[in-house]
Parts: sequence; structure tokens; C-alpha cells
Amino acid sequence: MSAQSDSLHTFTPQAFHRQAHDALGNPQIRANFRRAMDGLMAKRRDVFSDWDLETLRELGANIRLRALAKLPTLLEQLEANCEANGIRVHWAEDGEQACRIIRELCEARGAKSVIKGKSMVSEEMHLNAHLEAAGITALESDLGEYLVQLNEQTPSHIIMPAIHLNTDEISAIMQAKTGTKKTRDVDYMTAAARAQLRERFMAADVGISGVNFAVAETGTLCLVENEGNGRMTTAVPPMHIAVTGIEKVVERLRDVPPLYALLTRSATGQHVTTYFNMISSPRKPGERDGPEEVHLVLVDNGRSSIYQDDELLDTLRCIRCGACMNHCPVYTRVGGHTYGTTYPGPIGSILMPHMLGLEATKDLPSASSLCGACGEVCPVKIPIPDLLVRLRKEAAGEGRGNVKGAGAKRSRKEVAAWKSWQWLATHPSAWRGSTKLAGKFSVLTPSRLGPWTDHRTSPKPAKTSLHVLVQQHQAQTAPSAKLPAKGGPAKEES
Amino acid sequence: MTSVKLYPPKPQKVYFFGTCLIDVFYPQAGLDGIRLLEREGIEVIFPQEQTCCGQPAYTSGYHDEARKVAEAQLELFPEPWPIIVPSGSCGGMMRTHYAQLFAGTPREAQALSVAERVFELTEFLIHVCHVVLTDKGQPERVAMHTSCSARREMGLAETGPKLLAQLGQVELVEQVRAAECCGFGGTFAVRHPEVSAAMVEDKTQALEASGAERFVTSDCGCLMNIAGRFEHQHLAGERDSLAGEHIASYLWRRTS
Ligand code: SF4
Repeated sequence: MSAQSDSLHTFTPQAFHRQAHDALGNPQIRANFRRAMDGLMAKRRDVFSDWDLETLRELGANIRLRALAKLPTLLEQLEANCEANGIRVHWAEDGEQACRIIRELCEARGAKSVIKGKSMVSEEMHLNAHLEAAGITALESDLGEYLVQLNEQTPSHIIMPAIHLNTDEISAIMQAKTGTKKTRDVDYMTAAARAQLRERFMAADVGISGVNFAVAETGTLCLVENEGNGRMTTAVPPMHIAVTGIEKVVERLRDVPPLYALLTRSATGQHVTTYFNMISSPRKPGERDGPEEVHLVLVDNGRSSIYQDDELLDTLRCIRCGACMNHCPVYTRVGGHTYGTTYPGPIGSILMPHMLGLEATKDLPSASSLCGACGEVCPVKIPIPDLLVRLRKEAAGEGRGNVKGAGAKRSRKEVAAWKSWQWLATHPSAWRGSTKLAGKFSVLTPSRLGPWTDHRTSPKPAKTSLHVLVQQHQAQTAPSAKLPAKGGPAKEES
Repeated sequence: MTSVKLYPPKPQKVYFFGTCLIDVFYPQAGLDGIRLLEREGIEVIFPQEQTCCGQPAYTSGYHDEARKVAEAQLELFPEPWPIIVPSGSCGGMMRTHYAQLFAGTPREAQALSVAERVFELTEFLIHVCHVVLTDKGQPERVAMHTSCSARREMGLAETGPKLLAQLGQVELVEQVRAAECCGFGGTFAVRHPEVSAAMVEDKTQALEASGAERFVTSDCGCLMNIAGRFEHQHLAGERDSLAGEHIASYLWRRTS
């Protein structure tokens, strides 16, 4: 079974090409993604039909821009208000430090088992492995995450971690790992997983969750989810640790409804999710449930360096809806694992280089035809194609040099190719004179023309260039017409 | 992404920027574009010094090289006449990215002046010339592939189909996934040939399934990619080839 053999691989961004090759050659993977993404695109289209989408996007973008403009102040405000509410706040510069903080919190409570709601930040910092090494088991409770964890994989999508698996594959995994019966009955499988998870919720010492929006004004943590596992994770165990990237802060409570509306509609086409949790404190005296302790870990992990660049800053507007992946023609065909990164697809290609450096991720910004579908659907109007180009520029060593690994893709061969192209294109008579026109274009295709012709016939240069055709045309139609000041006839071609 | 564009009245003269792909591979499309404009009573100036808009280097991240090439083009359009480009991607490059490329340089004002005078050919024919076409061809079913740059960067999803709709004998058929990229993307097709091939394969299947007898597009990159895929499979004996053509040539052929 393809899904299971995948679990044996470790996917890395360095191997993008090989992984893309494998994914393209795997009909199951291709069919699963195509079907899933077609469905998600249709759902988004339908749910937005009765909305003034552009106005809402404009509002969402502005809310995020305002929050980012005041980010340092808002984070301090968030901290103060959380602390005032009884939520302890911790700051982590990188993933390692964040893992350590969480482990120490768990150890201080003598915790042996942790139940987790879905959190991409915890994936980003490899929290489960870290806890495991300290003898603490961490169980994912989001159904998709749970399946992916059972299958010893990483999520292939940020909203639907197990979207790469179809019903038969899921049944096989559950059968092999949990002893359920072989079936195509989705309700049976869901019920079985719920039963398996329920016991673990009750037994867990600590619940760990992500955060969708952290409200500075009130010190409130908002959590968007559909299965109730988020509510269980944050309410049942005696301690709740929320972990989030520092960019998730918003200024006011009233900023939340528009962002929530954009998030659910863009992600799964839902008007609202089944659950929307707002957490503002630990259990208060006299309350019947809720954790005794709540902690918030604010993770930087490269974000503040993005923050310092006025162009790249736009990356941090992201509300992690996944719409850019759903609509990306590349993601749709190769799937999330091909990227080899925590965040795949367009958002991953503009975010991961900052976390892993461009040496490791240099193929990601180029893995886009710049078709613009991602930018078109992004609910907070991140100019993703422009950011991809900016990172290509950094990778080529012609940017500002402030991205980790800048210049990683610059090669003597490629520079020479672009330089000769530049020479030709700035010497018009040489350009017109280059009768071997294919030669003119061989420099535009720096590395490999071979693979192009594996799939298409190679384009054939015309016998007469447009420059010459125009001269002939002008001679025929208006022999006396004056040529423009800048455009003398090309002597070479007469 | 796209803002409302105010269109000028029909001018007496325009510049024509032919694009490098058209110059080399599809020169007839360029000439047909010029003839369509001339038929509207417009004098077309083709600066012979033009080469390439600079886009290939720009999207590859080689902006120093792109800037030098673009700089040479900026010189070619000194008069305040519109600049007509028979390609959404080169048009988008000049209209949108020249401003980014020259921001903060002494050429910024010149780049902005060029940017605001750039029109894609079909856009210009519809919105400025208000062209009225008379179809002289045989009945035919045609599919239109609008490039992603024309559709999203320039906001011109409708101008091509509107022109085709004026042809009385032509039935415009819809392809599924009309808004999806054909997989060309300039150097993307070279850097990620297999992913690109998967995309163009889906595109050729969609065009085939549309029942069209031919397809037209206003971008030669897409044309080269899609037609190349059809031809490759045809040569391999796997399917019939669907003919493709630049929309300028198609319009000229059917109306002259
Ligand atoms: S970049 Fe935009 S579309 Fe992509 S996940 Fe973030 S908010 Fe959603």
C-alpha cells in the first residue's frame, strides 16, 4: 500500500525533485490530491458566492497589517493581559527553546502523557519527538493528525493533515495499528478513533494546543476546530499549554469575527466551524471544569527576522487557512510531502526558507509557475507570487542578503547564462543579427532543456523574425513612411 | 490585485512591442496584431531596437540583469503613445513589475510612464478601439486558453472571449479548469519539467474534452507549451493533435 510505504521515507526539502518525481508517478497519491483539492476549491467557491468577498478580504488584510504594524506592543499587551487573567506567558526564540519550556512544564507536573490538539507550530519545532525523548508520550487527538501519527508520517496539509490518504488506506492503517476491522464505513472508523482517543483524554496529564488568534486587548486565546478535540484538550487535563507563533496576535476582540469568517470559508468552505473556543483563564474558584494551569508559549523561530524586512513582512499576515495549497496547481499534483517541510505549498515556499535557510529550501520558491492562483485566493491578500520572486532573488544572490542562506542557488553557469542573455538583449543589432535564433534562446534555459523535450516537441524558431517581417510589411504598405527615431532598419538582415 | 483601468480614446499612433517569443517563434502573430491595429486606422510604430521585456531574468531572480535589459526597452517609447503588447505575461511584466524593478532608481518615473501606457492587444482592441469584427470564416468550435498573467496579473479574463464572441461562425466552447495554469511559467517549465508536464497534460486533456476543433491563446508561452505537448503525443501516436494559434492570427485570418 502506497500510503504505508511512504512512511518509510523521510521527506526533505533538498529532495524536492526526486519526491516530485515519485509523487507524479504514484497514481494513488495523484488521484487522492486531485479529488480532495477539487472538492475544496468547489466548496470555497460556493460559500463565497453570497459574500462581498473583496471587501471582506480587504478588511482581513487590513486587520492583519494593523496587528503587524504594532506587533511588539501588542505582544506585550497580550502578555500583560494573559498574566492578569492567570495565564502564564513564556517566550521562545526558537523551536528548541520552545520544546524545552514545554518539557519542563510537563516535568514540573510529573506528566507522563500529553494529549494534543492540532498545532502546526508544534510540528514546526518537532515537539513530539522532543517529548518522546524525555519519556513523555504525546498523542495527537485531531482525527487527521491521529491517523498520520499512527502511520508514522507528518501532515501533508496544514488544515487536513491526512488528506493524502483515501478511505481504504485509512482503514488499512487503523486495522494494522489499532485492530479495527477492515471496512469502508467512515462512521465506523470515526467512532472507533473517537473511542480510542476518549480514554486517552481522560488519562492525560497535560493538554497541548495551538492558537488561531491571540487577542491582545483581552488576553484571549481563540481556537478554531471541528471535532471537539480542541475543547477536550484544553478543558479536560489539569494543565493546558497553548503554543503559537508570535504573528498570531490581533489587536482587538472585534478583529476576530472577520478573520474567523475568512479562515473557515477559505479553508473548508464552512460558514462556521462546529467549535470555536475562546480561552481566557484557568479554572476559577467555583467553576466545574477547565485546567488548573494555563500556559502560553510564544514562539519566534525566525519570525522576527521576517518582520524586519518590509517586503517579507507580508508573509506574517498568514492565518493558516490552507487555501493557497488547495488552489496551487503544483501542490495539487505533487501533494504536501513532496515539499519535505512542515508547511507545504505556496505558504510553505515563502515561509520555510526563513526557518530552514535557502541552502535547504532553494528549490521551493522556484516550484511555482507564478500563475497567481495562491495570491488570488489568499484571504488576507498576501502577494505570494511577489514574495516567491523576492526569495528567488535572494537565492540568486541579488536580493538584500538578509535571508538565511542568501545566494545559495547562484551558480557560475547560471550567472554566465543570464549575463550573455543580458548582453544579447541590450545589443539590438546583435539580437536582430543572431540568425541562429535557437541560440538566442538556449541562454534562457540555463540548465536543462532535455526534460522539456521529454514531454513536448521543442519549439522551432521561425525563418523570419518579427523585426524583419515588420520591415517588409512597412516597405509594402507605406514605402515613404518614416521610421521612428529610435528604430533604424537592421542592416544585418537585408 | 487588479484595479479599475481607465481607458483613453482611440489614438492615432501606437507603439508595438512584439515580445521575444513572438519575434523568434511566432512572428506572424506579431504581424497579424499590427495589421489588426492598422485596420482600425492606427499608425503602428515598431521600434527596431526592441528585444525582450526582461521577464525571464526577473522571474528567475536575476534582477540586475533584468533591469539592464528593461532599461534598454524604456528608451524606445519616448512619445506619449500607447504601447501595445500581444502577450499578457510581457504586458504584466511591463505594467506591474517595471515599477518594482525601478523603484528608487532615477528611471522610476520613466518606468511608470511606460507602465501606464502598456496595453495587452486584446484589451486594446476591445476597450480602446471598440473593434467590430466581421467573420468571413467557416463554422468552427474554438476553445480559448487565457494565460494566468492575462487573467490574474492584468485582469483580462474576458477580452479574448469577447473578441471571439464577435465572430459569427465561431462557437466558443468552455474547457473545464479554464482558470488553471498550463504549466509553462517561463523558466518553471525548465526547472521543474515533470511537474510542468503533469500540468500541461491536464490542460491538453481539458482542451480535447471541450470538443473544440482548435484552441487559441493570447500568450505564446502557453501556445508553445500546449501545442508542443499535443504535437509530442501526436508524434508518439497517442492522440490527435489539436491545432493552436495566437488569437491575433486567428482574428486576422478570419476577418480579412
Ligand atoms: S498564505 Fe494566505 S491562503 Fe495561504 S494559508 Fe496563509 S492565509 Fe491562507
